[in-house]
Amino acid sequence: MSGVRVLVGTRKGAFILTSDGRRERWDISGPHFGGWEIYHLTGSPADPSRLYMSQSGGWFGQLIQRSDDGGATWEPVGNRFQYEGVPGTHQWYDGTPHPWEFARVWHLEPSLTDPDTVYAGVEDAALFRSVDGGQTWRELPGLRDHRSGPSWQPGAGGMCLHTIIQDPRDPGRIVVAISAAGVFRTDDAGKSWRPMNRGLRSEGIPDQDAEVGHCVHHIAMHPSRPEVLFMQKHWDVMRSDDAGESWYEISGDLPSDFGFPIAVHAHEPDTVYVVPIKSDSEHYPPEGKLRVYRSRTGGNEWEPLTKGLPQSHCYVNVLRDAMAVDSLDSCGVYFGTTGGQVYASADAGDSWAPIARDLPAVLSVEVQTLP
Amino acid sequence: MIRVVLPAHLRNLARAESEVRIDVQGQVTQRSVLDALEARYPMLRGTIRDHVTQRRRPFVRFFACEQDLSHELPDTPLPEPVATGAEPFMVVGAMAGG
Repeated sequence: MSGVRVLVGTRKGAFILTSDGRRERWDISGPHFGGWEIYHLTGSPADPSRLYMSQSGGWFGQLIQRSDDGGATWEPVGNRFQYEGVPGTHQWYDGTPHPWEFARVWHLEPSLTDPDTVYAGVEDAALFRSVDGGQTWRELPGLRDHRSGPSWQPGAGGMCLHTIIQDPRDPGRIVVAISAAGVFRTDDAGKSWRPMNRGLRSEGIPDQDAEVGHCVHHIAMHPSRPEVLFMQKHWDVMRSDDAGESWYEISGDLPSDFGFPIAVHAHEPDTVYVVPIKSDSEHYPPEGKLRVYRSRTGGNEWEPLTKGLPQSHCYVNVLRDAMAVDSLDSCGVYFGTTGGQVYASADAGDSWAPIARDLPAVLSVEVQTLP
Repeated sequence: MIRVVLPAHLRNLARAESEVRIDVQGQVTQRSVLDALEARYPMLRGTIRDHVTQRRRPFVRFFACEQDLSHELPDTPLPEPVATGAEPFMVVGAMAGG
């Protein structure tokens, strides 16, 4: 019988939750690397046994761990992330030039076809790639060297490259998102990049048509339709039908269009999930009710999904990388909270149940559907 | 033989005992001790010193012989009891955070 492996990164270690295809009973292993911040762990689409993990901390810096047995054992691999050439400067919060400095890996994105190739999105924003299973890392400097680079500014969480989307039809096309520079796309496997922020509107930006400067929180794509991208921006839920060339708003009837994660149903490319958060100054759900909102129409019309979720006195947040789906026949949806709960739905969001209740604050959730 | 005491997280990472013993060629300094430590335990590279600048990470301290040697230059000779193995060179994670 098929199964599901949920990979959870938290402020104090990694946890791996497994279940069979019924998704009713869950085994939890962990903490793996207890006490360390696990910003992200994820599996290779080409080899589900191959996992990569970003392990970091204020004391001892960045480590990358690799597993070749689905998370049973781990080996540290390369952790040298050195910018190519003279790094130069970006803008600091006060508008002054600030040298590019590596802080941590926010997101790891394994190749769709090669288990040994994996991309890393880092803070300060840059894209690295390893082609030897994480042993060595090289920057793809064309992104950071874009003419707009010196004007990029950090968001409140740092200037992080947090989203990496590979086009399954075109190996040369990659979309990345940076807080708070915006979206960039390469069509030549990372040699050159273009900003993809037309149509985004953000309060506080003097020039609404500026090519960079938007605080994009996350982007999701359905593999059958890579030209359609869904975005949760700082405020606004957005959609592009032309691979990022232009964007239009689909917030519609959401109670708040602020939030962090966004995900697409595994089998219905127009079914989208978001978790509205009250505001950027109150990082918790409106009215203390934890609600996932689902659109079955590709945006604008949204329905609250509440069955099994706390509907009073709930003041957790759901971070940008903390929502994912499985690809079983009845699509499973999963998300983790800053309160340490991981919720799962085995019926596409109609009903939910916690599969872990008291973990450290959840930073990321990824799901592997196993044969 | 130089004795080096590692903090818990690095001990786990290196799969080593709390105190490790390493051979150091030439003068015994912070740099030569850390070079030898990283040669024996490559997974520690980047965790005590920055990969590129080789500077001590901000929340790491070096203690020995009841002295804080963190701000010594990397090529300053370490105290004689460290060089002879009578006293350990201690890599310490700062008490901070939550």
